[in-house]
Amino acid sequence: MDKLIAGKTIQVNEEGFMTNFSEWNKEIGEALAGESQIVLTPKHWELINYIQTEVKNESPLSIRKIGKSGVVDIKEFYALFPNAPLKTATKIAGVPKPASCI
Amino acid sequence: MSEYNGEIRKMMIILSKASIENVYAAFVLANGARMEGIEAEMFFTFFGLEAVHNKKLDHLHVATVGNPAMHMPTMLGGLPGMEALATSMMKKEMEKLDMPEVREFLEILKASGVKLWACKLAMEMFHYEKTDMFPDLDGVLTVGDFYNQSNGIGTHMLFI
Repeated sequence: MDKLIAGKTIQVNEEGFMTNFSEWNKEIGEALAGESQIVLTPKHWELINYIQTEVKNESPLSIRKIGKSGVVDIKEFYALFPNAPLKTATKIAGVPKPASCI
Repeated sequence: MSEYNGEIRKMMIILSKASIENVYAAFVLANGARMEGIEAEMFFTFFGLEAVHNKKLDHLHVATVGNPAMHMPTMLGGLPGMEALATSMMKKEMEKLDMPEVREFLEILKASGVKLWACKLAMEMFHYEKTDMFPDLDGVLTVGDFYNQSNGIGTHMLFI
C-alpha cells in the first residue's frame, strides 16, 4: 500500500515495513523513527547502517547478533529502541521485519 | 469503557523442569516477549532451579528416557552416555540456529530486561543459597511475592 511520509510516497506492507528499499532515504528514516517516538542519535544511525549492511549481505538478523555487532550490546540496543527493538530498528532502516525468534 | 484492547503486556513464565528442551522453550518465550515489547519475568521452581544454579546450568541435558518424541526405546535411552550424546547432537543443531548456550541466554535475558526469580520453597528444599545461583538472579521470592509481581492488566502466566 502507499504511504505518504517526509514528502514522498513509499510502498509499505500491512505492518508498515517498507517493501522497496530503494525508496528509503534518511529523511524517511527520521520520519519513521518519529512515528515510534524515537529521536535518532549518531548511535542510532550507526546501528541502522549496520542493519542495512547486514540485510544487503543477506545475513539474518537476531538480538544475539546485534549484541555481537560491535556497535551496541543488547542492553544498549533496548535503551536505544525501548519497545520491540529489532522490529522498530528494522522498520526505521527500511528493511524487512526479521523472521527471528531469538 | 476501558482502553485495554486485550493485548498481552506481561508474560510470567514459571519453569519447573531442567531438561534442556524445557529450559530453552521457556527462555525463547521470555526473550520473544521482550522482542515484541512485552514485559517478561521468570520464576524458577523445583528442578527448574538448575537452570539458574551457577554450577549446574552449564551441564543441563536432554531427557532421553520417558520422552516419546526422542523415538528411542526407553531401555536404550537409559544407557550410560546416551543423554550426553543426545545433548551434544541437540546443541550442535541449536548453534546452527544461532541459539546461545544456557549461560549466554541468561545474560541475554537479563540485558533484555527479563526479571529472573528463584522460588524460596524450592531453594530451601534443595538447600541452595542465593550465592549458589546465577549472579544476576533478581532475587528469591515466595509464590505470593510472585503473584504480586504479576499484578496488572494484560498479564499472562505460563507453567513449563
